[in-house]
Amino acid sequence: MSEHTYTPSSKFGKWFNDRLPLLTLSDHLINYPTPKNLNYWWTFGGILTFCLVTQIVTGLVLAMHYVAHADLAFDSIEHIMRNVNYGWLIRYIHANGASMFFLAVYIHIFRSLFYGSYKSPREIIWILGMLIYILMMATAFMGYVLPWGQMSFWGATVITNLFSAIPLVGESIVTWLWGGYSVDNPTLTRFFSLHYLFPFIILGLVVLHIWALHVPGNNNPVGIDIKKPSKDTVPFHPYITIKDLFALLIFIIIFSGFIFFSPNILGHPDNYIPANPLVTPTHIVPEWYLLPFYAILRSVPDKLGGVVLLFASLLILLALPWLDSSKVRSAVFRPVYRIFFWVLMIDVFALGYVGAMPAEGLYLLIARVGTAYYFLHFLVVLPFLSRIEKTDPLPLSISEPVFTGMPKPELMRSDNRFK
Amino acid sequence: MDKSGKKNRREFLFTASYTVGAVGLGATIWPFIDQMNPDSSVKALATTEVDISQIEPGKAITVLWRGKPVFVKRRTPEEIADAKKVKLESLKHPEKDEDRVKKEEWLVMLGICTHLGCVPLSNKGEYNGWFCPCHGSHYDTSGRIRKGPAPTNMEVPKYEFVDNNTIKIG
Amino acid sequence: MYLFKLRYALYIFILITIYFNPVYSAEKIELLKQNWSFKGITGKFDRASLQRGYQVYTEVCASCHSMRLLSYRNLGEKGGPEFSVDQVKAIAANFEVEDGPNDQGEMFIRPARPSDRFVSPYPNKQASIVANGGAYPPDMSVLVKARKGGADYIYSVLMGYEDPPSNMQLDDGVYYNKFMEGKKIKMSNPLSDGLVEYADGTSATQEQMAKDITTFLTWSAEPHLETRHKTGLRVIIFLIILSILVYFSMKRIWSRIDPEV
Repeated sequence: MSEHTYTPSSKFGKWFNDRLPLLTLSDHLINYPTPKNLNYWWTFGGILTFCLVTQIVTGLVLAMHYVAHADLAFDSIEHIMRNVNYGWLIRYIHANGASMFFLAVYIHIFRSLFYGSYKSPREIIWILGMLIYILMMATAFMGYVLPWGQMSFWGATVITNLFSAIPLVGESIVTWLWGGYSVDNPTLTRFFSLHYLFPFIILGLVVLHIWALHVPGNNNPVGIDIKKPSKDTVPFHPYITIKDLFALLIFIIIFSGFIFFSPNILGHPDNYIPANPLVTPTHIVPEWYLLPFYAILRSVPDKLGGVVLLFASLLILLALPWLDSSKVRSAVFRPVYRIFFWVLMIDVFALGYVGAMPAEGLYLLIARVGTAYYFLHFLVVLPFLSRIEKTDPLPLSISEPVFTGMPKPELMRSDNRFK
Repeated sequence: MDKSGKKNRREFLFTASYTVGAVGLGATIWPFIDQMNPDSSVKALATTEVDISQIEPGKAITVLWRGKPVFVKRRTPEEIADAKKVKLESLKHPEKDEDRVKKEEWLVMLGICTHLGCVPLSNKGEYNGWFCPCHGSHYDTSGRIRKGPAPTNMEVPKYEFVDNNTIKIG
Repeated sequence: MYLFKLRYALYIFILITIYFNPVYSAEKIELLKQNWSFKGITGKFDRASLQRGYQVYTEVCASCHSMRLLSYRNLGEKGGPEFSVDQVKAIAANFEVEDGPNDQGEMFIRPARPSDRFVSPYPNKQASIVANGGAYPPDMSVLVKARKGGADYIYSVLMGYEDPPSNMQLDDGVYYNKFMEGKKIKMSNPLSDGLVEYADGTSATQEQMAKDITTFLTWSAEPHLETRHKTGLRVIIFLIILSILVYFSMKRIWSRIDPEV
């Protein structure tokens, strides 16, 4: 950001900016040179910011009416749904907002995987993003407990029991998490407190995530380094803002479809039954966005093994920038990686699918194969592939697709991938 | 199409986008404001019925209505006479006693000082009505402000006599 | 370029479709499907059916099932059965609630007011279990949302009583119902033709009653459904208009540097 030599035109502006360079910051954000060939997969950063703000604002409002107490939580949610002005709307936005948030974050992550946005010099952006993702899961899980329905209660019981797998101290840790000998009122109140706190930590990480992004600048569909500013870039405003806005509106239309016309389709009916510590629902499943990890957990017939694998599947992502050492970022120029990318995608969907099914027979087999491939992909395929893969020639710039090495005229003519 | 026509169309498009967007933003903000207004369960409790058969002349009861105290006072003939003989010109907030009661024996009003919301003490003050201990406002036997910082008379809520022994407030 | 992007969008769409379908709609027993008036994006409740449904609830279900999340005033609110203010008062006055303490420090019984919650048939959950031979009659306030299949499921169970197959032995107090899990239910068939006499003269067949009570329970689980549908339609139409405007604005802005985009 050293190229900034912004001076405010007004005298007061200059006086203020010398003391707190807010104007420099806003000038930077407005003129931030962005690759002009970003496609719609790049709009999900803005969409995610919208999701976070929406969740925080609706959550703030819900907290004004919600009562964090085992005897009152369920009824207070129904009070919001029935009596509070627009309470039903705000609660449905918040509940479906969590799902939309994860939908957007998964697209954002897979975009990064496809175009190699996690590679040097953007490793810190990727790691911050993964931390945000892990915190999101924790936040969503604790939020799901708050209505104190059957799924809330038993979800909380199952997930907190994961920690009992830790040798020696497991039981004590779980008791500590619960604040009792089972999931009960103390658990609910601490989950509420943390559910309120975590989004603000996420917000802080998002600021760092964007800051880290603005140092090297955006990756782009071609995945090459570009000069900034140059013919390959456009100022962030109005070019990118308007495009992000358009994509956001389309996203909100889909979001509204859920809120207004099938607000409970992504939830589980059992959560409209008040929590009952004596009866477990017959078929207990986490929310859809946690299903792949749930499948990994259940694929191992050993308690500790399952938990270790579950956490490993998340932590392994933090090491991704070093597991894939290919210099070429975009999968557009990596024909073999491209295949494995889709295999991974199908693998994750398959894991999610079997995560919702009973852990037996064919489902268990698929879960095991899927889990095995998941780790194989990151630990074996990527390191190996990045050394031997023969990549396609890269263009030297976005606006003038001159290729390194052998020119491929047919690629240039017919394929507009570089737009 | 000449250049200026093209430009006009562009301006129109942007203006329309901004306008429609602003309308949408406004409509989105409303639910977030309105959710802080009293909800339907609170509004449903907005009426209270009070049994007044046990109140002796000269005595008052205080009932809770919408979370606020309401004074229901059965006035003695002297108190009524006191309230009636006051000249309107001498009042800070001129209101006839007849306009403040439905039956002159019964005074029903919000027991909240119009200065800053404290609850005045009854049968106190220089006018034998109410006296607010917080900042020294004196009210007469009709609950009208006579002396002190309060700007207006104590408010009379909407109420009605259901029968001779019951009033419904709200 | 667009074809290229579309291909990815298509892949993802197909994956999502495959993914969500079996997870969320796996239903082994085919439920009886009804053409409910409240389904669809402009769905509304049938007012008369809601009022009849309330009658079925009070005369049949309410002896065992509570609806503790509803208040009598809800019966007069917009989007519900819309009884008149006086009707709601009269309905509430039929019930007695405990209030207090009064000036003497004692609890007392008074007629219910519209602001009171529906009076439950049992003082607590345990009492309801004991009185029903060990089976808990669930609270029906949000029952429709608490069951997979929703309204269709409730209707199906009410219509699903049959004689058990000859090879099936049923204990006392257990009944055969083909839509229940395990085909067993601890509630005897609650409805039969002519069980209630509808105030509006509608013929009270079992089917009619099942329809009416299901409609009533759907409303009680989702009292703002009509507002939700109406608001939703407006919001989406508005968003589509705004998106079109923004789309063309975007084209204009991008045409400054790249006439193609």
